[in-house]
Amino acid sequence: MITFPGSLDDRDALRAIRLAGGEPVPLWHGDRDLAGVSAVVLPGGFSYGDYLRCGAIARFSPAMQSVIEGAHDGLPVLGICNGFQVLCEAHLLPGALIRNDHRKFVCRDQRLRIESNETVWTRDYEPGQQIVVPLKNGEGGYVADRRTLDELEGEGRVVARYLDDNPNGSYRNIAGISNADGNVVGLMPHPEHAVEDLTGPSTDGLTFFTSVLQKMMSSAGGTAA
Amino acid sequence: MARVVVDVVMKPEILDPQGQAILGALGRLGIQGVSSVRQGKHFELEVEDGLSDETLNQLADTLLANPVIEDFTIRR
Repeated sequence: MITFPGSLDDRDALRAIRLAGGEPVPLWHGDRDLAGVSAVVLPGGFSYGDYLRCGAIARFSPAMQSVIEGAHDGLPVLGICNGFQVLCEAHLLPGALIRNDHRKFVCRDQRLRIESNETVWTRDYEPGQQIVVPLKNGEGGYVADRRTLDELEGEGRVVARYLDDNPNGSYRNIAGISNADGNVVGLMPHPEHAVEDLTGPSTDGLTFFTSVLQKMMSSAGGTAA
Repeated sequence: MARVVVDVVMKPEILDPQGQAILGALGRLGIQGVSSVRQGKHFELEVEDGLSDETLNQLADTLLANPVIEDFTIRR
């Protein structure tokens, strides 16, 4: 779990990893060495104050250089909210996230449909499963050109879609996407806020974290962070 | 040293909610005759005289603008 200056949801992400049964490892954006972690979560927030564009500065941090290299070698990476913006800026995922079409910050419990369980982060969901997790963003509108959108749909890389009304103007109601290999996932809503009955609207978000842990247990038999 | 100006605007096909908000405010100001506003960013760089066009293009294309959603122009 990499903290950038301006990250907000890093503590919740660490907690979600722990509740899922993993060993959370807090890393700093200035760390070039990822300490041998088995997977990386980029948390929500406002890295570098959202200066220039959301995620634009974070992309060039030392830790992200290692994440980019790792992602190309199959390292599981989940970017949530601002983390999703960082992944798009780093070109690990196509498209971009722009200001909500209605120009207001949105904060609510959001119903989603998991469209793909072919990623390491969603493999324990049922395809088409409906979940409820918090959504909170000001710049969460997912945009890409038509060819990219068609490619994402055609290759089953739309990971989650908004149900009910579209909360931020995202093209084709897209809430999350993956790279071609399914190890890198970006998601605008916040599964790390829906891991305990006491604090979340559900525990639906926990499966993102247990999915990747299960995958690592079954494939390597190692520990995960 | 030379001054270089880089202007960045959203691509025409990308919705610009900020521009729309400004357009709405112009109407409330009582100003007629403006049909569209696109908001962008304006960068002023002080650069060494020998800095190549290629380098300027690279810095605009990789950092100042996100070519997925934005176009940029460079004036030196």
